[in-house]
Amino acid sequence: MSRTRTVALPKDLYQRAFVDSFKKLDPRVMMKNPVMFVVEVGFVITLLLTFFPHLFGGASDPFYNGVVSLILFVTILFANFAEALAEGRGKAQAESLKKTKQDTKARRLQKDGTIQMISSTELRKGDIVIVETGELIPSDGEIIEGVASVDESAITGESAPVIKESGGDFSSVTGGTRVVSDRIRIRVTTDPGESFLDRMISLVEGAKRQKTPNEIALNTLLVSLTLIFLIVCTTLLPIATYVNAAIPIATLIALLVCLIPTTIGGLLSAIGIAGMDRVTQFNVIAMSGKAVEASGDINTIILDKTGTITHGNRMAAEFVTVGKTKQEDLNRAAAQSSVYDETPEGRSVIELAKKQGLASSELELPHSEGVEFRAETRMSGTNFANGVQIRKGAVDAIKKHVSEQGGKIPSDLEEKANRIATAGGTPLAVAEGNSILGLIYLKDTVKPGMRERFEELRRMGIRTVMCTGDNPLTAATIAREAGVDDFVAEAKPEDKIALIRKEQAAGKLVAMTGDGTNDAPALAQADVGLAMNSGTVAAKEAANMVDLDSDPTKIIEVVAIGKQLLMTHGALTTFSIANDVAKYFAIIPAMFMLAIPQMGALNIMSLATPQSAILSALIFNAIIIPILIPLAMKGVKYTPMSATKLLSRNLVIYGLGGILVPFVGIKLIDLVLVALNLV
Amino acid sequence: MDFLQISLVLVVLLILAIPMGRYLALAFSLTTTRLDRVFGGVENVIYKISGIRVADMTWKQYAAGVLMSNIAMVAIAYLLLRLQGFLPGNPNNIGAMEPLLSFNTAVSFLTNTNLQHYSGESGLSYLSQMMVIIFLMFTTPATGIAVAMAFMRGLTGQRSIGNFYVDLIRSHTRVLIPLAMIVTLLLVSQGVPQTMEPTATATTISGTEQQIARGPVASLVSIKHLGTNGGGFFGVNSSHPFENPTPLSNVIEILSMFLIPASLPFVFGFMAKSRKQGWVIFGAMGMMFLAFLITAYTAEVNGNPALERAGLSQLMGSMEGKEVRFGIAQSALFTAVTTAATTGTVNNMHDTLTPLGGLVPLGEMMLNSVFGGDGVGTVNILMYAILAVFLAGLMVGRTPEFLGRKIEGREMKLIAIAILVHPLIILAPTAIALATEMGTAGISNPGFHGISQVLYEFTSSAANNGSGFEGLGDNTPFWNISTGLVMLFGRYVSIIAMLAVAGSLIAKTPVPETLGTLRTDNSVFLMILIATVVIVGALTFLPVLALGPIAEWLTIR
Repeated sequence: MSRTRTVALPKDLYQRAFVDSFKKLDPRVMMKNPVMFVVEVGFVITLLLTFFPHLFGGASDPFYNGVVSLILFVTILFANFAEALAEGRGKAQAESLKKTKQDTKARRLQKDGTIQMISSTELRKGDIVIVETGELIPSDGEIIEGVASVDESAITGESAPVIKESGGDFSSVTGGTRVVSDRIRIRVTTDPGESFLDRMISLVEGAKRQKTPNEIALNTLLVSLTLIFLIVCTTLLPIATYVNAAIPIATLIALLVCLIPTTIGGLLSAIGIAGMDRVTQFNVIAMSGKAVEASGDINTIILDKTGTITHGNRMAAEFVTVGKTKQEDLNRAAAQSSVYDETPEGRSVIELAKKQGLASSELELPHSEGVEFRAETRMSGTNFANGVQIRKGAVDAIKKHVSEQGGKIPSDLEEKANRIATAGGTPLAVAEGNSILGLIYLKDTVKPGMRERFEELRRMGIRTVMCTGDNPLTAATIAREAGVDDFVAEAKPEDKIALIRKEQAAGKLVAMTGDGTNDAPALAQADVGLAMNSGTVAAKEAANMVDLDSDPTKIIEVVAIGKQLLMTHGALTTFSIANDVAKYFAIIPAMFMLAIPQMGALNIMSLATPQSAILSALIFNAIIIPILIPLAMKGVKYTPMSATKLLSRNLVIYGLGGILVPFVGIKLIDLVLVALNLV
Repeated sequence: MDFLQISLVLVVLLILAIPMGRYLALAFSLTTTRLDRVFGGVENVIYKISGIRVADMTWKQYAAGVLMSNIAMVAIAYLLLRLQGFLPGNPNNIGAMEPLLSFNTAVSFLTNTNLQHYSGESGLSYLSQMMVIIFLMFTTPATGIAVAMAFMRGLTGQRSIGNFYVDLIRSHTRVLIPLAMIVTLLLVSQGVPQTMEPTATATTISGTEQQIARGPVASLVSIKHLGTNGGGFFGVNSSHPFENPTPLSNVIEILSMFLIPASLPFVFGFMAKSRKQGWVIFGAMGMMFLAFLITAYTAEVNGNPALERAGLSQLMGSMEGKEVRFGIAQSALFTAVTTAATTGTVNNMHDTLTPLGGLVPLGEMMLNSVFGGDGVGTVNILMYAILAVFLAGLMVGRTPEFLGRKIEGREMKLIAIAILVHPLIILAPTAIALATEMGTAGISNPGFHGISQVLYEFTSSAANNGSGFEGLGDNTPFWNISTGLVMLFGRYVSIIAMLAVAGSLIAKTPVPETLGTLRTDNSVFLMILIATVVIVGALTFLPVLALGPIAEWLTIR
């Protein structure tokens, strides 16, 4: 798990949400949410009836109308508050980002070679700027000259600076980050207002939030339910009048509001915003809600071996002696050969030797000198003051090196080296003088916990495929160790696209991570492409999500967040619709009890009076919204398990619970109303 | 004894429905089957004569086929009714049917409703009986079966949704005509008349002369039930001893109206290559049916408390309006079946059912998916299944999918239209009827029962059932126009919307099933499906039911 960008919910956030929930009462804003708009219309009508009880003919109780009106008003406020609160969190994040986006000065390199100081907002795509130590990078771009360490904490929250250099996969820089050392020349890659930071701000702000596909489908369902109940309630008036069971308008509106799915209608956008926000808090920027939702549907995840599944650097796992060499001799020589080797490989050799009991004193080598690895020799080592040379390197290279000095090749060397290669490792031979002592078994190690993660994914019905440039043998070993479902060895970038296309043709949704420019086409092809922030601009543009921490394993969490978003929608919709059962039993008898006293038989909750029954149902309908706000914001708890189990669990909680909870809630509210002598 | 009777009928139904499902799947297969050798010859001749091109259709072509053919049918039916006075086959010299009643009658039979606002014997010439009534009694269930086949093909991702004209012809040649022949013979064996002889004149014991109507009754009664039509040869429908003489004929009629609706879920199972899937759909419908049946039976067997207080023995149950030869069990079963399958034939008078007994036919027609009419009932329950998949599917954290096809915004919009129309065309006209003089004038029993009468008339029209609560003076311009429109909307809106759903689903790339996929072939989904139908379909009508049958029940308790 990586660190998350936590935004606490300070007091002023609540205050602002409170104020916003009043602002959102504007009918033009409310129209966007048809369910709550109906409630608002109901509020206006009952409000009018409070002051003009005879508005629609017949007498009505102004006090009762007023109470209904008040509850409706509070219901709308609660729903608005939920949305405002969710938006507020995004806004708070956006503001902290906006602070980064100050108007910086940029030094633009003119065509004639002179430097012109301009405002960063005047920079256009293709301009070349120079940035020096301590300065802010004025815009997104690519380093065309120089190396620099850059502090990207403004965006990633990571305080340690990262090295950026021209050429290769680490050449992209983001506007708003600070150069902490050296001087670089950057080609600007975005126009003002389109930079990564700009997009990020507008995304977290939720200003241009587009509804996700499932949200649209769900909204359709909610609107049609609302229309159905609108039909039910409006037609009920003439039908009831026919049998002289007059229904007060306020009661009819109360029935309507209780039946339409206000709970989910009020929380729907908050769930969506909060879902996006959870992704952001996780330091992943999703370019659209659609991408987050799609990640819940993923069937296959394609992961790079190096850096994602394994640490990416080979580590010494074992020292294998050859001939009649003693184990201690090999251990010592191997360690001594690596004293000057600063690569992770070299350090791992020393670590392993020490772990196997090598005294630290053996590694104090006065007057010796290190021999660096060179592509021609393919070996490195240490030259002692006494002329002894210790080398470690590729088996062929060492064999050649020893033969040149007249040494013999141990007969079991070849066989043991092959065994290591077959097992997926890399053998390094160690030679002291002209004799070969043995082999270092270098192994690419699987990151801890990966096996469990893949197991989890399997339980969610997701298949993992590992992509690696390694030979099939090595790939198979790592695949087995990590527990992935499948692997592609000797993979070229185009193989990845082919794999994605093949999976997609079978109807599967594919997620992948990548950082290099050659990953860009595959990232674009995948349904969910997660690019590393450290990666190239091309990769980031092709992807629909960017991980600011550049941790490729995060794709797994993103899938969980996507699922959670969908589940929260489903669970609260089910809860909301299931609530109707109890509300019917509260309101229907209450509505008709005056005209048809026998209706009392249906009052199974034995609510005190018709008015208390209707008000209790209405109050329950209102307060369930704030009660569920935390759930809407946090999302329904998600533990990886099969769909069947998940469904049974959620059905019991939200389906059965949705039927039972309001019975208890309405009864309790009724008892309180009676106890307070309000009815 | 009652229990044995009822369960025996249901067991026989199940035994017949499973092989029937297999037969239907084969009969409507898009690939060549051995049935083609039997029926192909005749069918090819029909295709050639009528110029039908046997090619796969898009959903739009299919829907256009449904509409065009149905418009042609209704136009012919209307003209025949208007012109019957000038046409041959009219020995009794029956004059033209008046325009609004003709409209209502033509629409009623076109939509498989068979709501009869006319009086059979005096209103129709023999030609009209044959060319309008019996003709439509074959073509409308055939249309329904065709649409169901197209819809199921779309859901299960067959090669295409098929060809409407081929499905229409096959429904006749392979299903309805052969079955109608068998059932006709069975009914004749029970004493149902099948004759072209004129009305018989008998001398009664008291010496007076009595005219006994007869005719080709058995053939009409057989397709009346097989096609879930419901329009009777005689005014009193299947309570008449010539339409339904014995308890055995009663059973034959029950089985024949339930046979096709009950076998279609199994067809779905075959198409989806998952028998369990078929069983889940059948199970959901079956469980709802049992609940309704038990309610009806219990209500009727316990008699009418109001009559009991008046000193009338209710030991035999509420026998008012029922035939002694059927008793409570066979009457309750018939009532539950005829409104479940939206046939609309009756063997007892629904107006005299006890309030809760009367709630059962109302409820079944409101759900319109407890087996339902030929084809359309299956389409409706599958629509609810898609809705259930949408709700439950989200709860497992994936875009909902049914049989590997994603349920997205477009499908939800189309389904929203269908679930919206049904309550709209029942409740809005009911409200208008009860609020206006032209509506209330026809009510014979004011009060709560009056609400039931009006509600029943529109529910029966919307569900294309056709049974009447009777007691409603319904041959007036208001009722003829309103129910005519309700029948049209009730049939075609959902047919077209669901064909569009089929067209949309068939175009989707199927998603492979994984552990993360919501299973729709187990008991959990069965419960979700029932809950969806009950909460979305039934609770909508609870307020109005509370004022009708429920209030009536509570006040006479």
